[in-house]
Amino acid sequence: MSTGILPAERLDALIGELWAAGYTVIGPVREGGALLYDEVRGSEDLPVGLVDRQEGGRYFLEPSGDGRFFGHTVAATPWKRFLDPPRRRLWRAERRNGQLHFLVETEEEVRFAFLGVRACDLHGIRIRSAVAEAGPEPDEALLDRRRSALMVAVQCTRAGGTCFCADLGTGPAVDLPADLVLTELLEDGPHRFLAESRTEAGAKILQRLSLGPAGEVDRAAAARAVAATRRTLAERSPRLEREGLRELLYRQLESPLWDEVAGRCLSCANCTLVCPTCFCSAVEDVTDLEGARLERWHRADSCFTAEFSQIHGGPVRASTRARYRQWLVHKLAYWSDQFGEPGCVGCGRCITWCPVGIDLTEVVRDLRRREAEESGERER
Amino acid sequence: MAQRKPRLAVFKFTSCDGCQLSLLDCEDELLAVAERVEIAHFLEASSRVLPGPYDIGLVEGSISTPAQVEEIRRVREACRLLVTIGACATAGGIQALRNAADVAEYQRLIYPAPEQIRALERSTPVADHVAVDFELRGCPIDKGQLMELLSALLNRRCPRLARHAVCVECKARGAVCLAVAGGGPCMGPVTQAGCGALCPAHGRPCYGCFGPKENANVDALVHWWRHVQGVERAQIAAQLQNFNAAAAAFEDAARRLEGEK
Repeated sequence: MSTGILPAERLDALIGELWAAGYTVIGPVREGGALLYDEVRGSEDLPVGLVDRQEGGRYFLEPSGDGRFFGHTVAATPWKRFLDPPRRRLWRAERRNGQLHFLVETEEEVRFAFLGVRACDLHGIRIRSAVAEAGPEPDEALLDRRRSALMVAVQCTRAGGTCFCADLGTGPAVDLPADLVLTELLEDGPHRFLAESRTEAGAKILQRLSLGPAGEVDRAAAARAVAATRRTLAERSPRLEREGLRELLYRQLESPLWDEVAGRCLSCANCTLVCPTCFCSAVEDVTDLEGARLERWHRADSCFTAEFSQIHGGPVRASTRARYRQWLVHKLAYWSDQFGEPGCVGCGRCITWCPVGIDLTEVVRDLRRREAEESGERER
Repeated sequence: MAQRKPRLAVFKFTSCDGCQLSLLDCEDELLAVAERVEIAHFLEASSRVLPGPYDIGLVEGSISTPAQVEEIRRVREACRLLVTIGACATAGGIQALRNAADVAEYQRLIYPAPEQIRALERSTPVADHVAVDFELRGCPIDKGQLMELLSALLNRRCPRLARHAVCVECKARGAVCLAVAGGGPCMGPVTQAGCGALCPAHGRPCYGCFGPKENANVDALVHWWRHVQGVERAQIAAQLQNFNAAAAAFEDAARRLEGEK
């Protein structure tokens, strides 16, 4: 479609155009010691000059030393918070004169513009939407929110400490049709963005900004910035080797390693709640004291809670071992059986936001190593 | 035929009264409660006492004297459904800190006439003495949970009293995880939800006042604090030996921490 150069000082104009086009703009904002996604009214809301340091169970922000708006990587919360809100009322009923009257919930129509979506998160949104589409009862509410949303992607010019998108082919370059793709540039010219539109909606926004043309220098600088990120990722690769992954997990379902991980796992559910693709939910009924009003709510749940697998007589997965194994094997193997790809995009959130730093890629590497050692011993 | 209103009774054992005060604090809902139930025994609210049996008994406080051991049995017999409210009733309360100490010595230090004191060696939860139907955790309990419980019982449905971690509520609120983002040792991952992540949402790591979550892996969290985050042993002990010092998962972890010395 079209390409242009957006000077850094005109980022506000872009944000303004998005609001003017009727979108609620959501982007990275600083909240205490971390970055979250929340409403962005202007560029001053963005975490300018801050980078995130992420490792297993640890996160902190520090000055970047430059004026980048998007020098950080993925924020703490995934975008699913907006597409699939953690609490949502499904319907209400009232008892009047002994009769129950059902009131269908009508949702306030919000069109989101997601500003600063990373390549991995675009894949996360795609995978989460595929789950919503699957089966006899598609989640139309989620799909409507997704369809009406505008994606302003940002290419990663830095790899986060727990990122491993390259292993899953989900980044760092934006390869999905986002509406707009920005690459933030500091080299070979003033602070600016290479802006590309990849859809009609994106092209319209760019048109209204009447940007100057992008030159070869800008394209080359953008390519170099993303290539640098790719090199960082390649140096630590493979953190998660996809070759034979599904089969490895199926062979190792009874590995003693699951017990060892369960010894460290808190079954607190944080990994699932920050995962862009985890979708488990619960449905709850609420009544008032008089029994005159009833509400049915949908809320985010997790395979790490006992209630999640509760049936008559107790939970199916009572132990943390069973819960962790279910989560990991579902994410990396059962998901592939159902959807032809794993449910992981390599964003690293589950590693960073695990309060005790459990790294799923390390668990998989340990399973692989032990299997290799065992087969080596047998051959000897 | 007019249905008889269910009878509600509130009993107090060793406690600060804060949890039964939560019922009086339900200002907006209090009239609705009074319309739906007959408040038959609630000394903090009224000196009018109706004899049992009662349909719902809310019990606050731990069992810490020989007389209370007898009294809780009478209360149990008088109540069709018995609900313990608060950290004292569900886990022995802050007074259970004495469980790991010499009670006689405490009495000598504090009371001018210690021989007048009839206290048990240990402050224990109500469930150690009689069968309990439902538990509301917290120091104090959450008003919303109390209303949910009463509403569920009055409408004959199962109350929503989650046993998962505070983290689930923290994430639902969209709060930043203090445990990971430099907020200090947070009890959230091993503490039962129900408060709506009140403290973490205000920038203060969880104190653990709702007691251990189901399947709490306290040792793993303690290990992380000590060996990765370098948290002082005394600070960890203070986190564990708090409102729910006698809750098994916290008490055992505190004992193991002590044994590591």
